[in-house]
Amino acid sequence: MTHGSHAPGAGAHRTSMGLDSRKMAFWAFIGSECLLFGSLISTYLIYKGRSLTGPYPHEILNIPFTSFSTFDLLMSSLAMVLALAAVQRGDMKQGKLWLLITALLGLVFLGGQFWEFSHFVHEGLGLTTNLFGSTFYVLTGTHGAHVTVGVIWLLTLWVQALRGKLGPANAMTVEITGLYWHFVDVVWIVIFTVVYLIQ
Amino acid sequence: MAEHQAHATTGTYLRIAAILVMITLIEVGVFYVPAFQAVLVPLLLVLSAVKFTLVVMFYMHLKFDNRFFAFLFGGPLLLGLAVVVSLLFIFYGAVRLRTGT
Amino acid sequence: MKSWLTTTDHKRIGLLYFWTAFGFFLIGGLEAMIIRAQLIKPDGGLGVSAETFNQLFTMHGTTMVFLALMPLSAAFFNFMIPLQIGARDVAFPRLNAFSYWVFLLGGLFLNVSFIAGPLFGADNLSVAPDAGWFGYANLTERQFSPGPNVDFWLLGLQILGIASLAAGFNFIVTILNMRAPGMRMLRLPPFTWMTLITQFLVITAFPVITVALVLLMFDRFFDTHFFVPQGGGDPILWQHLFWMFGHPEVYILILPAMGIVSEVLPTFSKKPLFGYTVVVYSGVVIAFLGWSVWSHHMFSTGLGPIADSVFAGTTMLIAIPTGVKIFNWIGTLWGGQIRFTSSMLFAIGFIAMFIIGGLSGVSHASAPSDLQQTDTYYVVAHIHYVLFGGTILGLFSGMYYWWPKMTGRMLSESLGKVHFWLTMIGMNLAFFPMHFSGLLGMPRRIYTYSSDLGVTSFNQVSTIGAFLIGLATLVFAWNLLRTRWQPVNAPNNPWGGSTLEWAIPSPPPVYNFTVIPTVESRMPLWQTERHAPMAPLPERPPAAIHVPGGSWWPLITAIGLPILAIAAISRTLPLVFLGVAIVIVGIYRWAYEPFEM
Repeated sequence: MTHGSHAPGAGAHRTSMGLDSRKMAFWAFIGSECLLFGSLISTYLIYKGRSLTGPYPHEILNIPFTSFSTFDLLMSSLAMVLALAAVQRGDMKQGKLWLLITALLGLVFLGGQFWEFSHFVHEGLGLTTNLFGSTFYVLTGTHGAHVTVGVIWLLTLWVQALRGKLGPANAMTVEITGLYWHFVDVVWIVIFTVVYLIQ
Repeated sequence: MAEHQAHATTGTYLRIAAILVMITLIEVGVFYVPAFQAVLVPLLLVLSAVKFTLVVMFYMHLKFDNRFFAFLFGGPLLLGLAVVVSLLFIFYGAVRLRTGT
Repeated sequence: MKSWLTTTDHKRIGLLYFWTAFGFFLIGGLEAMIIRAQLIKPDGGLGVSAETFNQLFTMHGTTMVFLALMPLSAAFFNFMIPLQIGARDVAFPRLNAFSYWVFLLGGLFLNVSFIAGPLFGADNLSVAPDAGWFGYANLTERQFSPGPNVDFWLLGLQILGIASLAAGFNFIVTILNMRAPGMRMLRLPPFTWMTLITQFLVITAFPVITVALVLLMFDRFFDTHFFVPQGGGDPILWQHLFWMFGHPEVYILILPAMGIVSEVLPTFSKKPLFGYTVVVYSGVVIAFLGWSVWSHHMFSTGLGPIADSVFAGTTMLIAIPTGVKIFNWIGTLWGGQIRFTSSMLFAIGFIAMFIIGGLSGVSHASAPSDLQQTDTYYVVAHIHYVLFGGTILGLFSGMYYWWPKMTGRMLSESLGKVHFWLTMIGMNLAFFPMHFSGLLGMPRRIYTYSSDLGVTSFNQVSTIGAFLIGLATLVFAWNLLRTRWQPVNAPNNPWGGSTLEWAIPSPPPVYNFTVIPTVESRMPLWQTERHAPMAPLPERPPAAIHVPGGSWWPLITAIGLPILAIAAISRTLPLVFLGVAIVIVGIYRWAYEPFEM
């Protein structure tokens, strides 16, 4: 069984680079997101250590908990890649399963973020408390918003699969969803290191 | 027209996942073990860069795809990195490098 | 009417962009004329208040940059790029339509601020943005700008950013992936190349200003302190983020016009573009270097000697590829059979005016000399020589060049010459004296000046020049409008151009090409050393050509965005849900709509 066609799908026209236009557009989009998150991370790093009052990172960040979130997101990337492989080879039973697992792991991550944020607020770190609060919540919040969009996207695909409308012929949709999901994971890898581990 | 010649297998994906988990454990370990404090920053940056690269190359399939996608992503990525580095330099000059904060 | 609302045809979208942008250009021009009228005499001028004046120069700048110059360029991207590369449309036609509607709605949102005062209990009718087009913090914070003015600005720009980004992705994929057979990258027309480079600048620079605007929005709406010193914030961060966008933005503004000039000069010299490859590579180099110079807008903020030197150096460097292009254009003219059509006159005018603007730019590159020039009218002179003398003259050149192709009607050449000469005299009268008033110490953005400053006569001349520009523009507007009553009888190739858009009727049929051509040279329609001109395309397509129908979803999805902006500015939570719902439903219906290219 081939691993799915990576050329433009059936019915699509010839393209001058022989590449799928949607995939090309999406990589360009991911490129621009590097600038978006790069600017947010820069803001976080510039303001690190400049908070006029506490709570400060070392007092409040919970490494074990966040390590679990990181592990969860990494596993969700694995699930995503298994979902794509399944869809490409036409195994829709596995495809549906792994898509759902990816989405659920994403929800677990979001749940963790929600819990972490409530806990921080409880400990006195709000959005406006200090520069750490502002930069932290805006950076991780933007990332969380991206995860949320991803989960909705994944569940949409899962529903499409349940209706029998997803298969190897439109595997490119799943591939692009995967690109988005992995990118969101990769941004988290950077945030975990830069915000949590390097204090 | 196929864009790629090779393709990772399920086994590869699982192995990559295992490596990613291991690196994360090492990162957390480095964070907690006092002996590593001096090299904490460069070590963590390198380790997370490895994770980043593994996910991008294998899970996002960039290793096997047309090199143009790597350009589309790599260019802005480098630019984003340059933005972060240059802003840090401007705001903190060489201070951060010297004191390692 | 419905077909215009649902259109996904790049040609119609191009025309929509043109008319909307031209309308905003006139509004921006009106704002400029009021500014100049106020400054015709010192010590209070004609009585325009400082507050009103602040709104005028803010809206003039914001309108001209985001609602006039960029969309006028977009009009040409839309209409001409698919034609130049031999395609039937762009890669994502519905996304293309979406970009237009978002632009229109964003522009309307921004301008509705002129009459929205009563809704906010303001004393005045107008609550238009008033903190400069670059919105420096912390003037833009609630403390110093308590009204909704800056909110209109930051929300409006976020909406417009979405339009630009979407178009950026669309045109990158279009140019790379939709070229006709044989249309290798180094056979692309220079306008297409410059457009491609511009879109890469767009997709990398706009995210940065988006972040800056979002941070400012959080400060103003949610009480964070990103740019508020009392909370530990640093207003300089705003300047860095803004100019990291802002400098690439000026290259976004000039490169398309340079591309137009690189098309027009060869056509009316009957000679190929001199040094095509070098011109293309210079464009790429300009884009790269454009990312390295941003703090030359900040020489007076105390960056320190190292930063000042680095940015002065990179800024001087960027003069090199720019100069290279100018030499190549001159080389194109040299020995050519020159025809002084209106289009050609504007292209030559571009070269001359842009050189002047470039020279003042080089003087800005030196940090010490910039310390005298910054924040004075010297900079206003520089900006307007490069943006009016550069971009706008280039765009006019493009309008005369491509109007026949877009509408099937020729513009009047006599009116064109009147337009050209009035514009040249007007712009030089308006902007040249500003070099002097600036160096004599007249600051920017002041609503009046003292008669003791000794700049009164310069201001008077500038004002006369501005009104001449206004008159010239009216002449042009009349030229455009009167073509409505002409028959649609322009030939395929009225100018004898060499690129693919001239191989098809004026205006083109909906499917553009009866048969997609196979391209064998950089100048398909010309006889060159190695290639005969391309054979004429068949009159009728050999088989029925499928053309995608329209779609409501781009427009509907777009509507969600100003609703979100209105929700934010009026602090109405239910509207947020409505806006989000419209966007989500719009996207889903769009995604599931059967739409075959």
